[in-house]
Amino acid sequence: MSLEKLLKEKGYEAVIGLEIHTELQTNSKMFCGCPARVFGLEPNTAVCPICLGLPGTLPVPNQKAVEWTVKIALALNCKINEFSQFHRKNYFYPDMPKNYQISQYDYPIGVNGYLEIETSKGQKRIRIHRVHLEEDTGKLVHVGRTGRISEAEYSLIDFNRAGVPLVEIVTEADIETPEEAKVFMQTLRSVLLTLEVSDCNMEEGSLRCDANVSIRPKGSTSFGTKTEIKNLNSFRALEKGLEYEIKRQLETVLSGKKVVQETRHWDDANKRTVTLRTKEEAHDYRYFPEPDMVPMEISTQIVEKIRSELPELPFEKKKRFIREYSIKEKDAGILVSDKEMAEFFEEAARLSNNPQAVANIILSELLYHLNESDVWFSDIRITPKHISDLVNLLESGKISSKIAKEVFAEAFKTGKNPEEIVRERGLEQISDDTMLESIIYEVLNENPQAVKDFKEGKKQAIGFLVGQVMKKTQGKANPQMVNEKILEILSNN
Amino acid sequence: MEIIELTAVQLAQKIRSRELSSKEVVNYYAERIRSLDGEINAFITQSFDIALKQAEEVDKKIAKSEEVAPYAGVPIGIKDLIVTKGLRTTCASKILENFIPPYDGTVARKVKENGLPIMGKLNMDEFAMGSSNENSYFGPVKNPWDLQRVPGGSSGGSAAAVAAGEVPWALGSDTGGSIRQPASFCGIVGLKPTYGLVSRYGLVAFASSLDQIGPMTRNVEDAAALLEIIAGHDPFDATSLDVDLPKFTEEIKKDVKDLKIAVIKELSGEGIDEGILNCFNNTLKKLEDAGVIIEEISLPSTSYALSAYYLIAPAEASSNLARYDGVRYGYRIENAENMLELYMKSRSEGFGDEVKRRIMLGTYALSAGYYEAFYGKALKARRLIRQEYERAFETYDLLVSPTTPTVAFKLGEKVSDPLKMYLSDVCTVSANLAGLPSASVPCGLSEGFPVGFQIIGPALSDHLVLRLSKAVEDATQFELKPLKELKK
Ligand SMILES: [Zn+2]
Repeated sequence: MSLEKLLKEKGYEAVIGLEIHTELQTNSKMFCGCPARVFGLEPNTAVCPICLGLPGTLPVPNQKAVEWTVKIALALNCKINEFSQFHRKNYFYPDMPKNYQISQYDYPIGVNGYLEIETSKGQKRIRIHRVHLEEDTGKLVHVGRTGRISEAEYSLIDFNRAGVPLVEIVTEADIETPEEAKVFMQTLRSVLLTLEVSDCNMEEGSLRCDANVSIRPKGSTSFGTKTEIKNLNSFRALEKGLEYEIKRQLETVLSGKKVVQETRHWDDANKRTVTLRTKEEAHDYRYFPEPDMVPMEISTQIVEKIRSELPELPFEKKKRFIREYSIKEKDAGILVSDKEMAEFFEEAARLSNNPQAVANIILSELLYHLNESDVWFSDIRITPKHISDLVNLLESGKISSKIAKEVFAEAFKTGKNPEEIVRERGLEQISDDTMLESIIYEVLNENPQAVKDFKEGKKQAIGFLVGQVMKKTQGKANPQMVNEKILEILSNN
Repeated sequence: MEIIELTAVQLAQKIRSRELSSKEVVNYYAERIRSLDGEINAFITQSFDIALKQAEEVDKKIAKSEEVAPYAGVPIGIKDLIVTKGLRTTCASKILENFIPPYDGTVARKVKENGLPIMGKLNMDEFAMGSSNENSYFGPVKNPWDLQRVPGGSSGGSAAAVAAGEVPWALGSDTGGSIRQPASFCGIVGLKPTYGLVSRYGLVAFASSLDQIGPMTRNVEDAAALLEIIAGHDPFDATSLDVDLPKFTEEIKKDVKDLKIAVIKELSGEGIDEGILNCFNNTLKKLEDAGVIIEEISLPSTSYALSAYYLIAPAEASSNLARYDGVRYGYRIENAENMLELYMKSRSEGFGDEVKRRIMLGTYALSAGYYEAFYGKALKARRLIRQEYERAFETYDLLVSPTTPTVAFKLGEKVSDPLKMYLSDVCTVSANLAGLPSASVPCGLSEGFPVGFQIIGPALSDHLVLRLSKAVEDATQFELKPLKELKK
């Protein structure tokens, strides 16, 4: 039984809030001059006394990171706090060089925003509780049989990631289903990509997600006991992890037991959540204002400047695509989900008078070839002009849709203009009636059995005959036209 | 004149004029340290070889008539809380006993760029926590005026080294009085600059919002000169002030006539030893004779200062000192069973009692449920104190009081009673809480021991504080006896 049905049947609903972390791809780290793009570097090569937290070092905030956080907060319709402050979050863990993380507490950069998402059930507004800026931690590698800390022979620390600017986005508990959670993450990702602040690579950890989940009797206004699920680091993990956890909580409640407030870990290999730490083991972070920095004042002027420079966001772009190019809503949604794809589409659509046909080619042929060759828009040789030319060739009946596929493949491979490909390879559709008729007569003469079958009422025989004509013309005939002509000839005889 | 009789500024002049070479001066002081420091224990690490190399470089430049910094060649001692590249920096703690920093802090860099040969790293209370220098892993420092007495703390090594003539001048740091109180106990000049005037980059943090590096010298002119070397905006310190600085060595030459100052009532009567009050009041009379206008002011919030200080400083310290965990550097126990044991045992074996006491105090003050009652309240008191000083400075140019309630006490006298020990900071902590410049200048003797005259000014009035300091110095003609009495 689907989770949704199960909940409905038992009279329960889920309440989900997400906590998302995204690494900013600024030139330098949050508080020092080390590079911020550290994925794949040799361990401990992008470090300095400051991000290693050596005695005597001090943090100096990266202004770009602050501006980018404002940008993210504005894109999520947040109010920007004029007065914002860093706090220290104190706890001991070996991946933290100072045993405190510089983060934000009661004065985050952005508060009270929202993001519109589109699920299978329509549009929904998910409120954003806060957007704040902090520093990332290092990474531990546990060397041992299982790779888990408790069973490790020893552990190694890589501090490359320590001090990379990290933005935390916390939603209100407005999410009701795992699907909504997934769509929220996807939408948020496309916003962040549009803002060009992060590469949002979930596999590499530059976009990470934790979730707070609880269930309650449907319609109840109070909240059930929640659990926090960590390590939901792919769209699939997010959806599956939440499904598992909601089911687990429902079963717990239905069997008369109580959900325990705790932090759980999504075990992706075994597709289940397991207890990480209970409420009693929770840290007292002893937040206090970071004394090494003065509070930030983010003036209305700066906020307005950043607001005026915001790029068009996916949601707005989608509405505009539908309005300006009259394409299908679903297609527009897919096109705007990637910034480069949206740009590519728009350039081609402007050159063509059939934007829907352009969208069709991009969403079928182009995506297929991109997948096959594992490249993305920035690396391809086919241009938006090629797509619009191809649409023109199709529209004017110069080539068939079957030939179009071939021409597309060639253009994708070589970067040649479709018109040139059609000309060079003589792929133009045979639109000359006499010529087409003589080929049809040839085929009818060569296939008396099929002709006979047709006349005896086996209407499907015509398909075979059309195929033969197409074969003889190497696909250059218009199959529709061939069909009509054959019907005409055979019914006249 | 013998080398020992020359102030830092005078030494610099003689080195530039080639009457003396920097190498001669360094050798002279090295010899003096060798013969005196066995008893005084002002040095944790001596670095004469490094100092000689620096001295030779300065001498070479001068010989070739190349441009050198104004005070090049004058050796210096540096409190062991200030990070020096390649030179062991222990913070007087077992936990950093073998820590050799891979970088120079801003002040250490400036010292080197100014050609000041570094004689070594000076003893102190562990992580600057203490008022007697008895909390050092490397043993207590003795007061050069009387080896039975403490030099004060936490910059006790710096104060003793200057007073004993082991170095012409030294750098200390002041979080709640750690420059001024030992300066007072040892009969030297100590200045805690305006918060943000001197970069903290490379100063191992005790309480970040209170710490400042400052000069500890034989006289006011040297303090002004050393401040010129170390002050200035630093992009590596986000709390560093970006302002134009006056020329302090010129400022101290200006007249103090018509300066309007006020005696802080709460710090100049009850609780202060009579001998100290006598010295203090005599000095006031002499200042009056010099044309200074003197009145009295009451700053009632002063009574909260010590409590606020002993919540804020430990709270920040509990976080600042979290990084010493045995994982990356510093003391680490052998064969820990697990991570928690590594943390707990390395820290409990690596830190001394006073440091642990303050970490616990600070951790408690920041804990959930206690934050508002302790840390939050302390912050409010701090704001009150700051406002009260701001208002006072609407009327007065400077405020004054004795630096300490007593003269240097005997070793061991207060170790068993931390509260009593904390009281020795009662006059000095307010300036740190309010971020104000404050100096201690010797103004006489009580029971044969030096008495300090404390001056507090509004933010960025360091030049004024020094100017009045000079007037106190001129008025009292204080003699730093150990310079001559301690023979090498
Ligand atoms: Zn770094």
